[in-house]
Amino acid sequence: MWTAVITIAVIALLAGFGLSIASRRLPSDDGDLVEQVNDLLPQTQCAQCGYPGCRPFATAVVEGTAAINLCPPGGEETVRQLANLLGRKVIPLAESVEPCVAIIDEALCIGCAHCRSACPVDAIVGAHQLMHTIIESECTGCELCVAPCPVDCISMKPLT
Amino acid sequence: MSAPTYDLGTLHGGLRLPGHKSASTGQAIIDVPVPAQLVLPITQHVGDPSQPVVGIGERVLKGQLIAESDGTLSAPVHAPSSGKIIAIEPWPVSRRYGENAPCIVIECDGKDEAVLPADMPGNTPANFTTLAPADLLTKILQGGIVGLGGAAFPTAQKLMQARTCKIDHLLLNGVECESYISCDDLLMRERAGEIVNGAQILMHALQIDVCFIAIESDKPEAIRALALVLGEINDERIVIKQVPTIYPSGGEDQLVQLVTNREVPSGGLPSDVGCLVQNVGTAAAIHDWVVDNQPLISRVTTITGDGVASPVNVRARIGTTISDIIELAGGYTDSAKQLIIGGPMTGKSVTTDRVPLVKATNCILVSSETPSPGPALPCIRCGDCAAVCPVQLLPQQLFWYACADDEDKMREFGLMDCIECGCCDLVCPSHIPLTADFRVAKGRIQELADEKARAARARQRFEARSNRLEREQTERETELAQQKASAKKAGPSAIAEILKRKQTSKDDE
Repeated sequence: MWTAVITIAVIALLAGFGLSIASRRLPSDDGDLVEQVNDLLPQTQCAQCGYPGCRPFATAVVEGTAAINLCPPGGEETVRQLANLLGRKVIPLAESVEPCVAIIDEALCIGCAHCRSACPVDAIVGAHQLMHTIIESECTGCELCVAPCPVDCISMKPLT
Repeated sequence: MSAPTYDLGTLHGGLRLPGHKSASTGQAIIDVPVPAQLVLPITQHVGDPSQPVVGIGERVLKGQLIAESDGTLSAPVHAPSSGKIIAIEPWPVSRRYGENAPCIVIECDGKDEAVLPADMPGNTPANFTTLAPADLLTKILQGGIVGLGGAAFPTAQKLMQARTCKIDHLLLNGVECESYISCDDLLMRERAGEIVNGAQILMHALQIDVCFIAIESDKPEAIRALALVLGEINDERIVIKQVPTIYPSGGEDQLVQLVTNREVPSGGLPSDVGCLVQNVGTAAAIHDWVVDNQPLISRVTTITGDGVASPVNVRARIGTTISDIIELAGGYTDSAKQLIIGGPMTGKSVTTDRVPLVKATNCILVSSETPSPGPALPCIRCGDCAAVCPVQLLPQQLFWYACADDEDKMREFGLMDCIECGCCDLVCPSHIPLTADFRVAKGRIQELADEKARAARARQRFEARSNRLEREQTERETELAQQKASAKKAGPSAIAEILKRKQTSKDDE
């Protein structure tokens, strides 16, 4: 009987050892998970979650350092999907926002181009010293262009 | 070449509905006089809104272009009569989503003065066969012609799409399977020649030589009128096909199946199985535009139901308000309760008769009873809905998933193939408003897909931007490094020399 016990124990030890080496050496599949989480996010790159973009937030969620309810543009739907994917509990959204697009009051714009460099999706066009405007169809409503404007000519218009 | 003969295909499910058509087929089509005011929505078709090209106060002539097509899927709008543009503003319209839409309002001067034929775009020679098919399509595009069966898909774009596929059959849809509606029936009786001519133009534009005109067997007068015309012109390529009177045999995919026994694949178009379906009214409109240079500015529509005094078919200018047309049909009766634009199954009820007649309006139904069969009861899973579904879906299962908001499952069970015919509603013993639920669910699935596409685009733009910023940064760094390196190469003596030269030039001043 002892031979059988020892044989099984040795096989188990070897298998355990092999697995522990594999888990350290082989690339982890966290990268895929981050990608999957990132796919569920609305990609507004608005940083309202406190992270500088959707992918950093996805990484933090996967690492467990960020809660899943921090994405206001994604809404309840995103929280539900994230909870589903990660096997966590659905929790109410920390903060909600209405979907918006930015509008530049073209009469007030002085052409400083500060907003243009703040836009994460290149949805603002216009040269220095000339009027700027927003490509509405590409605007994600992240509000990042509002703060840098020195003349407060950008406002957020809710999408109906 | 004469048309091949096919055995009739069979339609799954469907219903034999009470016709209620005889009320409006008793007399010939009446022309509605030009009203004092015409209201023309800039979106009367599937696709992007057209763009107004006239200003307020401008005088327009009958047939003049007032809004041009904008975008890839769109149709222009023409002035139906002469007059002055008095406003471009939101106006109540009958649409599935939203109640108000931007409209061009014309105050008619009653002269009905038309644009000279010479000023029309792409003036056609009397014989269209001398035109190249591509030129003919351009001409059709300029006429503002859309599918007149009710869907209002821009005809030119449908033809252009069809030209990218291998098409061998043209199907003219004269089925008109929904109860109450009889405008196509009357049109076929009175304008059979124009319809056949329109079919010939379409066949030339697509370079095909088989055309079936599908008509329900309960329209003997229309069949006789068309047969008479076909006998006169002796065109063997065009054949009349009688189809059984079953709702919804007039649906595009259903008609293809019935007439040619080919099944349109899920998510596909009739062009995938070599067919192009056009309404008979559309064929007549194409004739009017190509041969007579008259763009789509009027249409035949049925005014019926027990809420109007004398049901009738009328030919009215696009933009005439419904109230004007109902007046012509003897006005409302005391029992009038509900106004529906379209037929009883697929129509939309509206709350005001100020809405204008648009290109897609094939019927104005004023009914007495409000169609409320009672409160919805729980589904008993009897399966009647699956038996009548013409697309062979499982409505009860879809309803189950719709209640659970399970979009993936609904898609898996073919919700997007639902044609919203309303058969399942009608047979449901629990009175569950299935079609309405499916419509909402379809809208939601579409919305989710749009959101997903938006997110993907935003992500692409964000990543492109990040890459660009990174590239600019490395470029700056390498440039700086290069400058540093070249300065080092020159060595301290060179720097000293430059400084000295500067010093001397300063001293000279």
